[in-house]
Amino acid sequence: MYRMWVTQARGRSEMTMSTYLEAGRRAVMEEMQRDASVWALGEDLGRGGVFGQYKGLQEMFGEGRIADTPISEACIMGAAVGAAMTGTRPIVEMRFSDFALCAVDELVNQAAKARFMFGGQMRVPLVVREPVGMWRSSAAQHSQSLESWYTHIPGLVVVAPATPADNLGLLKASIRCDDPVVYMEHKNLWATEGEVPEGDYVVPLGKADVAREGRDVTIVTWSGMRHGCLKAAETLADAGIEAEVLDLRTLWPWDRDTVFESVGRTGRLLVVHEAVAVSGFGAEIAASVAEALHFRLKAPVARLGAPRIPIAYAPTMEDMARVSPEGIEAAVHKMMQPEDIS
Amino acid sequence: MTEGPSQRHDNFDRERFLDLLGLMHRIRAFEEEAIAGQKEGLVLGAIHPSIGQEAVAAGVCGNLETADLMLSTHRGHGHTLAKGAEPLAMMRELFGRKDGTCGGKGGSMHIADFGVGMLGANGVVGANIPIATGAAHALKLQGSRQIVTCIFGDGAVNRGPFMEGLNWARIFDLPVLFVCEDNTFSATTRTREMTGGAGAAARAESLGIETAELDGNDVVAVDSAARAAIDAVRAGQGPRFLTCHTYRMTGHTSVDPGAYRPAQEVEDWRRNDPIVRLEAALQVAGIEDSRLSALHRSEAVGMAEIARTARDTGWPEAAGAFTDVQDVGDPSERAF
Repeated sequence: MYRMWVTQARGRSEMTMSTYLEAGRRAVMEEMQRDASVWALGEDLGRGGVFGQYKGLQEMFGEGRIADTPISEACIMGAAVGAAMTGTRPIVEMRFSDFALCAVDELVNQAAKARFMFGGQMRVPLVVREPVGMWRSSAAQHSQSLESWYTHIPGLVVVAPATPADNLGLLKASIRCDDPVVYMEHKNLWATEGEVPEGDYVVPLGKADVAREGRDVTIVTWSGMRHGCLKAAETLADAGIEAEVLDLRTLWPWDRDTVFESVGRTGRLLVVHEAVAVSGFGAEIAASVAEALHFRLKAPVARLGAPRIPIAYAPTMEDMARVSPEGIEAAVHKMMQPEDIS
Repeated sequence: MTEGPSQRHDNFDRERFLDLLGLMHRIRAFEEEAIAGQKEGLVLGAIHPSIGQEAVAAGVCGNLETADLMLSTHRGHGHTLAKGAEPLAMMRELFGRKDGTCGGKGGSMHIADFGVGMLGANGVVGANIPIATGAAHALKLQGSRQIVTCIFGDGAVNRGPFMEGLNWARIFDLPVLFVCEDNTFSATTRTREMTGGAGAAARAESLGIETAELDGNDVVAVDSAARAAIDAVRAGQGPRFLTCHTYRMTGHTSVDPGAYRPAQEVEDWRRNDPIVRLEAALQVAGIEDSRLSALHRSEAVGMAEIARTARDTGWPEAAGAFTDVQDVGDPSERAF
């Protein structure tokens, strides 16, 4: 399913099939082999982590470097801050991004600000893995996409991979990054399969991926919605509309150059994300494009996100919070109307 | 100068306690200059003086090596000086000037000096506890002989990170000394009224951590208890916990008159001033008054000179507001 973009992007590299979950596990394993200062801490890691992201790693690296911790989110994050200041590179496992809210002081007031407040005396090289997103019937405290909160905080890098190859390459880049990185994997993608390169594969932070090229409209997205956007783009192509799909991959910093170049060409921008639309990161992109490219736009910029409702348990109600491929198609069709239709 | 309980100590190392007396004078002189500087508008934000609590800083940090790590609180000038930070750089930081400890980016509540193992004061009560725990965790992973000391106030024991950090330090047997500097007040509220059960030490003991409770205005007692605890921590015996009972002689901040404190209580503690008590002990041990007053004068004169130099230092470049934020997405490259 990802063959087209994979072959475009990788050229000579040997490919292997991997799940999104396994790609993340491989990233941690390779970075721990490469750098003895890398270690991971979080609940149930010795048993492989809640989703199996660390399976077998404690056997490989020992209890010191794959550390099982109490259910103490504040201390998991805070300890990682102290450990990062003391010459190690911790990978923090938060289980669910929803639970990471128990550790917001440690991330926002401590990790993100220490380097600045202390006048650049040190850095805080940590990665916090915070799985996000809806999967079936996990309700309001296990389904949220809170990435926009962290894009608001100076000092943090925010990453949201959507494919197995990106989960490998971006997680490796994040572990090597000297800044605190909020790394948001999508829970519904764990089983997704795709080709990943062999060898030491690192994806640079801050670069978008052109998931599909197109001339008529630019769809900017990330994380789980990449797949919904690609599905919608196929249907739109049948109707003669060629949508370009950009997967930002990194939300801070986001790849303005690629987005502006694309929208400058297509004249239309639709931003699609799973998070609540109000104050979602799509608002930042929409506003930036409107400021920079207003006179080149053929249609008003548009955003698609969830309504401002908590996520329900029952599928009938839960689906009300989902952005569907059909919804994306409808939004694009609306943007393709003649400009003078009003 | 001779008021207060005089003490006679066995094996009293007079030169060592003269050094600690000098350090306590330096801390007090620093804070008195800072308070004066605030009245003149030189100190720009809030400062939280530790006047009356100097014995804790001196007694604990006097037993640490430079390579050891220490984390402090918003009331951290004393701890930071005792760990070896330069008073001139600190005063410049309080005045928001260039060449401050943190280049003018932190101010009083965010002083860190990694060169002397001072990993930061903290503006959030109790937030230093998990960070200290993590620093100790890293030291253990690295097989280091360094230890971490984490000093916090009595207010911190009512925050969740206190429990989380102490529990963590115990289960991982980390090389960390926790010091609760109990100055009686949580901001402007009496801590006793806000704390269930027997307080800090009882909570630490409930988590299996060995504790000692002591008179935090007696630097001789603090020094001896801290040395024993630090030796145990360094020997790999896991975390230790000290509660040092003391009293904040000022309000919560330098502009808080502290009118909620009964006058008699303040007066009683004034007679129990840790500097006065140590001077009395040194007199009993045969140190001449002239030497004691010379020590006091030398620190006060030196600190006045430091304050003058800090006042004459220029402001940091405004462009510094965009540096030291982050490498990836660096705002100094493109501020968005």
